[in-house]
Amino acid sequence: MFSYCADPDTLGTLRWFSCYLTNGVHFSFYLSFLKVLGLLAVTAPVALAFGFMGAMAARSHFPPLSWLGKGYIAIVRGVPDIAFFLFFVIALDQAFEWTRHKILCPEWTDPIRQGNDFIVCQAAKLPLGTAPEWVHETYGFFLAIITFSIVFGAFAANVLFGGMRAVPHAQLETAEAYGMSRRQTFWRILVPQMWVYALPGLSNLWMVLIKATPLLFLLGIEDIVYWARELGGTKTSKFTQYPHGDWRMWYFLFLLVFYLGMTRVSEIGLEKLMRKLSHGQATSGGELLRKETTA
Amino acid sequence: MSCLQTIHDYGLRSLGIGERLLPKNDFTLCEQFTLIGSGMIWNVYFGIMALATGFLFATALAVGKASQNKWLRKPSEWFIFLFRGSPLFIQFFFAYFFFLSLKKSYPMFDAFTSAWLGALIVLFLNTAAYSGEIFYGALRSIPKGDIEAADAYGMSGWARFRRIVWPTMLRLAWPAYTNEAIFLFHATTLVFFSAFPAWQQRGDALYYASYFADKTFNPFVPYPILAFYFILLTLVIVWGFGMINKRLNRHLPAARQTKMRFRLNLAR
Repeated sequence: MFSYCADPDTLGTLRWFSCYLTNGVHFSFYLSFLKVLGLLAVTAPVALAFGFMGAMAARSHFPPLSWLGKGYIAIVRGVPDIAFFLFFVIALDQAFEWTRHKILCPEWTDPIRQGNDFIVCQAAKLPLGTAPEWVHETYGFFLAIITFSIVFGAFAANVLFGGMRAVPHAQLETAEAYGMSRRQTFWRILVPQMWVYALPGLSNLWMVLIKATPLLFLLGIEDIVYWARELGGTKTSKFTQYPHGDWRMWYFLFLLVFYLGMTRVSEIGLEKLMRKLSHGQATSGGELLRKETTA
Repeated sequence: MSCLQTIHDYGLRSLGIGERLLPKNDFTLCEQFTLIGSGMIWNVYFGIMALATGFLFATALAVGKASQNKWLRKPSEWFIFLFRGSPLFIQFFFAYFFFLSLKKSYPMFDAFTSAWLGALIVLFLNTAAYSGEIFYGALRSIPKGDIEAADAYGMSGWARFRRIVWPTMLRLAWPAYTNEAIFLFHATTLVFFSAFPAWQQRGDALYYASYFADKTFNPFVPYPILAFYFILLTLVIVWGFGMINKRLNRHLPAARQTKMRFRLNLAR
């Protein structure tokens, strides 16, 4: 990046590092941090939406819908989440290709599953064999986002369902006494009040989500774990201008510090949000705030 | 090949006993059940060992964090923050490469780079931090009256801790601790997907499940089998911890012996 980087062998330690840390592959490494943040930014709202729908379904008075919601919540409890990640990435990909195959190649008669192979016609391949590299990467990232959203949506549904049940029943009865319909009670009374009850669970979930982001590596994304392994490995002078020993330990130490920073910042932010939401609520937190301001 | 023969060949495959080569094609349902079940040995081993060793350390951490002494409190706080604030996955990677570089200078660290010891140490420290936080919360919510009663009986120091504080702490923390135990068993599936190598293809349940999914390109068989085993394991944990919970609460009047409710909210 700098002009003096042309011949790294002649440089002092500090300058050498300034060159080393700004070479091309390191920018891919830094870019992968954006991938993690992007995943968080997209997954959090989508998972919350999935969770909201799941919780609504679980509350439904129509039994099949309620079973569906409750099943969705229950399924992620007993099984390790990483198993779901590995499962959904293949399952979703096959589901998409299968659907496209049915639509695009109706004349195809061979079975799709032949022994150990999953064969669809060329036009149904996702992404298409002719697509450029970036399409493949984006598709992989897209699958990862859906996978994360499904798994964390179930966790969120669990939390939101609990939050909806925690809203004092008298509130709902009052709404009914005012002549509100079930739908009105839900949207005008229940939903605005449930957040403060759901927030401890949701903040916990946000922490879990942050700490689950390195699992992107297992979904075949070139994320921070991938680059830390790549860049940290021993490099000889044959292949690079910047030979070094096995530095993977230091790269992962850096990731560790990065995540500690992320969780610490989130902790502080969520605490502030909780204070804000507790304001004027009939909870012990709200009571504490009221005393603080009047005293 | 009959199913009994398969169980004989692959039942202890994850420990390196039995057939050397994994099945290569024409996987039967029996083979998948047997191998994934064989892998569960590792999950159970990691889970039980980490829980057993982590329990004592967690108690020490909780007492340390609740201590008035700064020199005890600060290290405990930092330890808990370090392990609760970072992903277990990264901890595994870091520990593995850390042990690897130690091994280069001191050959006696050889065993630490293999999963049975290295990963176990990480899981031990991790669960100690999470349980320590749970125990700390319980320690702070011990009824004041209990401590005062102990004082009135002339108990202090070690006797008070062993006979009053510790049992009450456990009793209050138990439902959350059960949750933590379940999550720990789930976390053991990460071991062979982080840096720790599955030497001679001796892996855990998820390792074999993903082996089958990769070979057959069909995730709809091995992963549900894995889910079946884990739900079974979860039920066993809930049952076992429920028994202990009963014992911890046996002195309370029947009306206050609330049944442990497992609302498995996320502990981590």
